[in-house]
Amino acid sequence: MTMPLMKPPRKNPVLRTRQMNLPPWARSRVALGITAAAAEGRLELQVCDDCGATQYPPREACHRCLSPRLTWREQTGEGELLARTTLHHSNDLFFRERLPWRLGLVQLSAGPTLMVHLHGEVGEAPTRIKVGARLDRAGQAVLIGFPDKGSAHMADDKMLREMTSDPKFRKVLVTDGKTEVGQAIVRALVQAGADIVWVGHAEPWKKFGAGLDDISSLPQVTLVPLDLTNGRSVSELAGEIGGKVDIVINNAEVHRTFGIVARRGTDVAKAEMDINYFGLLRLAQEFGPALRARSADGAIGATAWVNLLSIYALSNFPPHGTFSASKAAAHSLSQCLRAEMRPAGIRVVNVFPGPIDDEWNQHMPPPKLLPSTLAAAIVKALRDGVEDAYPGDVAQEWLERWRDNPKVLERELAAGAS
Amino acid sequence: MTDTNQLLAGLVNAMASGHIRVVDLTQTLTPEFPQIALPPEMGQCWPFRIEEVSKYDERGPGWYWNNFSCGEHTGTHFDAPIHWISGRDLPNNSVDTIPVQHFVAAACVIDCSAQVKADPDYLMTLADIEAFEVAHGRIPSGAWVLMRTDWSQRLDPQAYQNFDETGQHTPGPSAEAVRFLVEQRDVLGFGSEAIGTDAGQGYHLRPPYPCHYYMHGAGRYGLQCLSNLDQLPATGAVLICPPLKIQKGSGSPLRVLALVGGRA
Amino acid sequence: MSRRRASYEGVAVAVPVTVPYVRYSTKSAHWFIGQALEALVRESGVPKAQIDGLCLSSFSLAPDTAVGVTQHLGLSPRWLDHIPTGGASGVMALRRAARAVQAGDADIVACVGADTNHVDSFRQTLGSFSSFARDATYPYGSGGPNSIFAFITANYMRRYGATREDFGRIAVAQRCNALKNPNALFKKRLTLDDYLSAKPISDPIHLFDCVMPCAGAEAFLVMSEERARGLGLAHVLIRAGIERHNAYADDPVMVRGGWRIDRDDLYAQADVKPADIDFVQTYDDYPVIVMMQFEDLGFCEKGEGPEFVRRHTLTCDGVFPNNTSGGQLSCGQAGAAAGFLGMTETIRQLTDLAGARTVPDAQLGLVAGFGMVTYDRCLCTGAMILGRSADKRPGKPPPDTALIPSGAEQHATANEGLR
Repeated sequence: MTMPLMKPPRKNPVLRTRQMNLPPWARSRVALGITAAAAEGRLELQVCDDCGATQYPPREACHRCLSPRLTWREQTGEGELLARTTLHHSNDLFFRERLPWRLGLVQLSAGPTLMVHLHGEVGEAPTRIKVGARLDRAGQAVLIGFPDKGSAHMADDKMLREMTSDPKFRKVLVTDGKTEVGQAIVRALVQAGADIVWVGHAEPWKKFGAGLDDISSLPQVTLVPLDLTNGRSVSELAGEIGGKVDIVINNAEVHRTFGIVARRGTDVAKAEMDINYFGLLRLAQEFGPALRARSADGAIGATAWVNLLSIYALSNFPPHGTFSASKAAAHSLSQCLRAEMRPAGIRVVNVFPGPIDDEWNQHMPPPKLLPSTLAAAIVKALRDGVEDAYPGDVAQEWLERWRDNPKVLERELAAGAS
Repeated sequence: MTDTNQLLAGLVNAMASGHIRVVDLTQTLTPEFPQIALPPEMGQCWPFRIEEVSKYDERGPGWYWNNFSCGEHTGTHFDAPIHWISGRDLPNNSVDTIPVQHFVAAACVIDCSAQVKADPDYLMTLADIEAFEVAHGRIPSGAWVLMRTDWSQRLDPQAYQNFDETGQHTPGPSAEAVRFLVEQRDVLGFGSEAIGTDAGQGYHLRPPYPCHYYMHGAGRYGLQCLSNLDQLPATGAVLICPPLKIQKGSGSPLRVLALVGGRA
Repeated sequence: MSRRRASYEGVAVAVPVTVPYVRYSTKSAHWFIGQALEALVRESGVPKAQIDGLCLSSFSLAPDTAVGVTQHLGLSPRWLDHIPTGGASGVMALRRAARAVQAGDADIVACVGADTNHVDSFRQTLGSFSSFARDATYPYGSGGPNSIFAFITANYMRRYGATREDFGRIAVAQRCNALKNPNALFKKRLTLDDYLSAKPISDPIHLFDCVMPCAGAEAFLVMSEERARGLGLAHVLIRAGIERHNAYADDPVMVRGGWRIDRDDLYAQADVKPADIDFVQTYDDYPVIVMMQFEDLGFCEKGEGPEFVRRHTLTCDGVFPNNTSGGQLSCGQAGAAAGFLGMTETIRQLTDLAGARTVPDAQLGLVAGFGMVTYDRCLCTGAMILGRSADKRPGKPPPDTALIPSGAEQHATANEGLR
């Protein structure tokens, strides 16, 4: 049984805050294939196209028949635990600071032998086990041995918590509480056990219905002024609460429905860029340092940065052309943010929804994503330690088409497909 | 001519000695100051935004300076006739072509603060103008008429904008009052402490936005987001309000100053 | 049907050299190689210029390999080999050098295993040890192969009923041997109790299952028997040799080593049986591997290792002397030199240079090599059988090697060994 995580006591302010020592992050290029799949929550290994042998560790030629045709395929991860050990000593700083630490040796039903981090609920060898891939604090994939049937609190396992960004007991900033999506995210976080949710809102004289008032009545919620177009607003809020924020969820966005010709002038596109791209830049500059400084701050430390992007960031959707471009810019910048956050072990999570069921997507045919569904997907991504999430059927389909051939998708979208 | 030189010298002396005071009628330009909010389908006026270039640091060791951005109609600002469709074809109708003589002019201050306190949607009426003239004399031609409402004392941006589900609720002049000022009194322009010269619900008057429509249609000007009108006498103040010389500009943020007599 | 392998006849192995081990050194590996060569030259009487073959194994030589060493130390060999194979490199060096001498490609080959050890050597080496280690074991935090061998040990214990006491017997016996070895870094007696109550590293691996990395070198010369006699050098003969890499790759976890595949060939070359072997120098990175070598080299059946250890005394004066020098578990692991430790000790045993450690009437010794954990097991295995030469000339006693710092034992921490 995993001990359920208890709300930690208040921090002693005169003690130095523990900093992050990353676990080993070097991987060969071919091994990064596991990382790429783990970023989306999947375990993939190379399988030989010619003889079917599953390969591990990752390599350049089949260990059985020498074929170079190795394709990454999703694995069930089912296998047998051959042996387990508990590390009581390590020269590696990350592990040294987190001893004791359980490791296991697993033989997959698919064939290879794997070394894995072992969940606390996995018993003695021999036993059935299920292997998954997660990103560790260095942002690289590691294999985890999970129990066949986990208990209700299995997410609270000390090792698993290092691979995930569970909002439970954490303090979260949601940058825009004035939209339905923002309000749904706040509700989902409160439900997930967040300790405090700061909810940003700009232009307080503009009210979009009672949604903001509704969530502000939740005891965990504190409304805070936040205008991502105003550098001072961002820096002042960061000065006030930055040192306490564990998770930033940047859902603020301006979404208009113009391409190039449909709207003269650049002011609308500028408004989109000013929030969707520059807003991210301002926010990252102001909140980044404090988040990085607290990434190893006890059991509940700073852990993740979530960007609400759009599936349109991958390939421009011409009817919403300038919006797509602003999301593409934000996507690129978020990759920079990911690289800058990596040394501190902060996970940057990018969410690429398809059209959301809101006023700016009024003309988009269904399926459209409900705000509550999107919010649930964000919380799930945090809990599962996933780095790139594509919630909803449209996002999943566009992703498949884009991966298959981005040029073909570009043509389909230019021809008016949606 | 020596008489004018003496006048000017006298003016300078009077200002130096405090016999003539300068009252600042301008709101400070900050990012927090609210800007006009139009429906989301329309183009929007930029709010005031400011970003450091350097502050005695690695970006510029010996100096401090900023870049800023805003719309022509951000903060305390001047409206030129070209701003409205009714004034689009008039001569000298943009901020760069308005005769500069007009930037120094007399001002009359009509106090509607008590009425506005009771009703934020208050419209200044012909009766208010008549009552003013009974007390202070006829409004001279070529003078500004400023509607004092004490609205500038609403420091909370939400209260200043005063939106609800039916839109904005701020005071302004009635359509008749504007027509009278333009046609019967030949005023130079209309000034307001609120975010627009027209009332917040002005869209529903006939014609919509009558102050803009008639004033600019007659080649007159507007001033918005004024403050400290309670420090001005009903008559006698001299307004100095030159906007930025923007090519074909429809308006600009500016410093509005009033010269008034006597010690504070 | 495979071709019959050539024997190693006519080849002599001589001049066992140990550059005394130190826990940490600021010197580079080149220094230890230089010291080894200087000793080889001095004790053999062979001028440096006549050493025309060099076989080298070292982990801490980068960015140099054996090539850079030739210029560094002023050698001009006509045969050169750099073998980065850790614990198997002593066996592999000798096999290669022997063939070079037989073929006439070199007359006198110096074989050297040497490594330095800086305070942070170990961690730096591990990070870039092998591609598979970097991708599939290092990220799991063991900071070395301890956890891999913990798995192997745990699995072996579960499968064959070995207990910690069984492994302890191996460690304790080796320590007894080490107490008679002035070159060993460990000077304190080890009891079974000490072994069992030691702090856990990665269970079931505890402190005394682990080697202590250090700096040092081991070396020997290979030449023709004729040449050895001509130089008046005591020497041993090679009776057999095998090696095998990446054996039993389909075993999900290591339970047997590559020696098993070729052991019949080993004994056939020497025309002897396991019972004819007078002592073994197993590769002792972890006691479980020692036990596997007893099985896979034919001294007992697979799974009988625990029983074998319970019934045989493993000390120099025992029934089945194992690691008569004390092995690396008690001498220290000087990097790749650990792969040569068994070889130099065997040469000493068979040329009467082993002093208090001498196994009485020893004629044949078996040296096993094992090395290079790249992922979940060591890949290289090898073994040689060496025998006394017919010559009765006793060996020259080694010079005074009491240069070991006295505080070495206090610095013993659970640092993992290199393969």
